[in-house]
Amino acid sequence: MSEPFIYELGEPGRHGVDVPDVDVPETPIPAEFVREELPLPELSEADVVRHYVHLSQKNYAVDVGFYPLGSCTMKYNPKVNERMARLPGFVNLHPLQDPATVQGAMQLMYELQAMLAEIAGFDAVTLQPSAGAHGELTGVLIMRKAQIARGQGHRTKILVPDSAHGTNPATTTMSGLRVVELPSDKNGNVDLEALKRELDDDLVGLMITNPSTLGLFEQHIVEICELVHQAGGLVYGDGANLNAIMGIVRPGDLGIDVMHFNLHKTFSTPHGGGGPGSGPVGVTAELAPFLPGPIVDVDENGEYIWKWPEQSIGRVRSFHGNFGVIVRAYTYIRMHGAEGLRRVSEDAVLNANYMQARLQARGDYPIPYGHRTCMHEFVAQGKISGAAGVHALDVAKRLIDYGFHPPTMYFPLIVHEALMIEPTETESKETLDAFIEALTRIAEEARTDPDLLHTAPHLAPVRRLDEVRAARRPILTRTPPAHRATK
Amino acid sequence: MSYKYDESARYAKSHEWARLEGDVVVVGISDYAQDLLSDVVYVELPEVGATVSAGEAVATVESVKAAEDVMAPVSGEVVAVNETLEDTPEVVNEDPYGAWFFKIKPSDPSELDALMDAAAYEAFVAEEEAG
Repeated sequence: MSEPFIYELGEPGRHGVDVPDVDVPETPIPAEFVREELPLPELSEADVVRHYVHLSQKNYAVDVGFYPLGSCTMKYNPKVNERMARLPGFVNLHPLQDPATVQGAMQLMYELQAMLAEIAGFDAVTLQPSAGAHGELTGVLIMRKAQIARGQGHRTKILVPDSAHGTNPATTTMSGLRVVELPSDKNGNVDLEALKRELDDDLVGLMITNPSTLGLFEQHIVEICELVHQAGGLVYGDGANLNAIMGIVRPGDLGIDVMHFNLHKTFSTPHGGGGPGSGPVGVTAELAPFLPGPIVDVDENGEYIWKWPEQSIGRVRSFHGNFGVIVRAYTYIRMHGAEGLRRVSEDAVLNANYMQARLQARGDYPIPYGHRTCMHEFVAQGKISGAAGVHALDVAKRLIDYGFHPPTMYFPLIVHEALMIEPTETESKETLDAFIEALTRIAEEARTDPDLLHTAPHLAPVRRLDEVRAARRPILTRTPPAHRATK
Repeated sequence: MSYKYDESARYAKSHEWARLEGDVVVVGISDYAQDLLSDVVYVELPEVGATVSAGEAVATVESVKAAEDVMAPVSGEVVAVNETLEDTPEVVNEDPYGAWFFKIKPSDPSELDALMDAAAYEAFVAEEEAG
């Protein structure tokens, strides 16, 4: 049943709070400030609570069930993060307060900068960017400014492998630079010969996602970084898949010059509609002077101070980033410790390999790079033998009926009918088995009753949506049913 | 899967077709390309008068699954664009060899010879399908 908009609920005179009669002289609001037509709904507290509970019941979230959305790292978000972020000492701060009065918050930011730098092997970190793609933009603007500082401002080319995240080419274009795509070889690594052909005096750098969106660790990463550096380029690391390698290898040690972190993926802060996100950026010593400012530093008296890097690209965001999210990520790191973070990555990779191996053994869904050990995710194909008319989309929609969020579909683009599955470390073996079981049953249904898949989902609040018509002929306003017109 | 091919056109590895009509090269995307993309929902066309070089991304075709560049198969000047695609992108799916995107007056018509003929392209698609 569809839930009406809150503007379509209520009755005149209904309200949630009883305000006592005024017992002081009234000061009338000047007439020019009084709005006659203010179409706000009049509702009781129960009306409001039920409306939002109804909406929340239609939602699917990591608190409801398994959410194997590849490259999104939809891990469970521990509730202790929420408790810490709600401490009055954090909640009641104002970003314009005198630094002397917010030393605790600045200490937390300073320590998080240091912890992220240690985890990924960098010299300096900014916490400002609002999310992953914003971190990418920050990183590429830093690379560009560093090239200008080297006297190489004429360079305009950024190389992006075809197994990279889709935001990488968009970031390049937004930065005023030019994208050249690099193909993958048959093992899913960057094609080194294609890379070598593009190493020239126009190169700003390379953006690489490692592990890639194929869920594979780039086996030539050290050589790739060396080649790019020899050509005068810089290497950007897309840190979205950091959950696979924490405590095992540090991107900075591999030769990456600049990388963003997705706190809302790797470090368990809320994600998607539950965000906002946060995309800190780490850099090498050479690039540290270009970071956006201000960042937190500590002076000789042990006081935390706001500091502007000497050749900063400027602010990329108002105030100091999404501070509440920063508190949650800090909590997560402190709850785990160094050993715990390594264990997170080991279990994430173990879970993905367990699923890949079981799915491959059953043989219903091809796994094009299944001959390699995967990292924290893998890519299967929604091409079921004996069910030619069934597509990845149908499998994904049918999974909703089995109570699961579908995997990422049709990405990466280099795998036809891609289903990109990322279980994360927070799921039990029982959950992983139940998901494999559902995929097996769906493959059987695809062969015996394909229409069941074509018309799925059957058990969701809405049935199959017409995505094509929504894109071609979008209707962006709602006409309320006559009996629910705004009261 | 079997796909349709226009015998009179030549094809690029990035799945555009190019047909010489008089002194202009008419460009669209192949039946295989439209099938891979699924339902096309948006087409962005180049400016008439733009100078383009072979292999350069000059248009965009977007479906519910993906957005892909459409490359100029030959160098030259864009002399016409098919504006009807902006309002009715579905014709790219319905009639891929009729739904042209743009026309180029080639600066070097011999660039067409570097493209595949229909038979070679059909073999190329079969290879892609297997991979």
